Amino acid sequence: MLKYKKDILDEQGIQRALTRISHEILEKNKGLEDLAIIGIRTRGVPLAQRIADKIAEIEGEEVPVGILDITLYRDDLTTVAQQPIVHQTEISFDITDKKIVLVDDVLYTGRTVRAALDALVDLGRPEVIQLAILVDRGHRELPIRADYIGKNLPTSKQEVIEVKLEEIDGEDMVVLNEYIDEEE
Amino acid sequence: MSDTQVSFKHKDLLSLKNLTKEEIKLILDTAESMKEIFTRKIKKVPTLRGKTIINLFYEPSTRTKSSFDLAGKRLSADMMSLSVSTSSVVKGESLVDTAQTLEAMGADAVIIRHSIPGSPHLLADTIDASVLNAGDGAHAHPTQALLDMYTIREKCGEIEGKTVLIVGDIRHSRVARSNIWALNKLGAKVRVVGPPTLIPPQLEKMGVEIYYDLHEALTGVDIVNILRIQLERQESGFLPSLREYTKFYGIDEEVLKLANDDITVMHPGPMNRGIEIMPEVAYGEDSVITDQIPNGVAVRMALLYLLTGGERVEKAAN
Repeated sequence: MLKYKKDILDEQGIQRALTRISHEILEKNKGLEDLAIIGIRTRGVPLAQRIADKIAEIEGEEVPVGILDITLYRDDLTTVAQQPIVHQTEISFDITDKKIVLVDDVLYTGRTVRAALDALVDLGRPEVIQLAILVDRGHRELPIRADYIGKNLPTSKQEVIEVKLEEIDGEDMVVLNEYIDEEE
Repeated sequence: MSDTQVSFKHKDLLSLKNLTKEEIKLILDTAESMKEIFTRKIKKVPTLRGKTIINLFYEPSTRTKSSFDLAGKRLSADMMSLSVSTSSVVKGESLVDTAQTLEAMGADAVIIRHSIPGSPHLLADTIDASVLNAGDGAHAHPTQALLDMYTIREKCGEIEGKTVLIVGDIRHSRVARSNIWALNKLGAKVRVVGPPTLIPPQLEKMGVEIYYDLHEALTGVDIVNILRIQLERQESGFLPSLREYTKFYGIDEEVLKLANDDITVMHPGPMNRGIEIMPEVAYGEDSVITDQIPNGVAVRMALLYLLTGGERVEKAAN
């Protein structure tokens, strides 16, 4: 059974984290030349849009935003019982020679990011790919790390991070839940 | 956006008769995502790596066979085609024996076309691999109907409430039958028109309106799907002459004016230009015949993905 444990970020917390990440992206890339933001479905998509809006607000110029669906690149397709639903990748610009910032909500095993990297290089050859994450909860199974992190949160494997975003869930918040055995 | 929506639990795709509206929509939605891959420089994804898919065609085919072939390859499956005229079939091997040989080779899916209705069902009962019906006699051709549904949806938006007319040899057409099942499930109104000899008895029980006069049938129609006149049928006495068929049922620009203004013209191919369809219609601005081809690949990719991915043991039977 999944049980609520504690709040991690509220609406302001998420907003501040995204503002800081946006500034860090601009600082590290020295502006927004050749920059493009790509969100990983599902919750990376609104996060990418918000970061892009923030950057536009700061610099007064738009950055291209794309959506990446990694379903067809997952490494567990032969073991899952039901095929996950495939959604469309929507990247309307050429990513070759671009500085790509990949955005997702939670970084855990790193397998989603691995799939996203494979999906991206099939679309072109970016100059650089960076990773922005709202919550990094540890337990990596692959040599992958984030360039921009909203919040570092050491967790146990029984714990589950639940990210809710206005655009999808109707509210902004990050909550820590825990799996508990029924008998206890 | 959650993965808890509709899921696809079938082992095989034998006919559209036993699919729900939601399952058909899931296939079409998945195909839409697959079609995006065609716009990329690298038109290939690694999804079905290590899967073996076999094309088993007992009847001639150009587009269905190559479309399945391309669909499998774009998903990185290992595709194998068995050409029946050079295989053990000419030595008298039965369908079941051939299938079991293929399964012993580790096939994850077998795509079959056969002149005898029901042979895909027999195959599906015999082997654990997924079976996809690519046309069985005059019974069913589900992937053609699905690509037709996809094409209608792409061109006209919703299928629900549209009036679709199927023209020609309904009696011998598996395309017609599969289209009727799918269109009815998706809420379209279906009409058929053709010479009385080529309309099977009791067809109205499938939920269609039957016409014998093309002019009457075309009035108020949104989509017209023109079937191929199977030239070999002409000798068996179903048609007095091809010229007469063309005169009464051939679709030209003039007669098409009777239909709604934004009429969509479809044809499953191969076309007999100048017989059931005039060239100016086939290549006119209302025609989506060339769109049907890539849509066929996308729909078949969706089906291969939905059927052959996942752990076989955990899959419920049909």
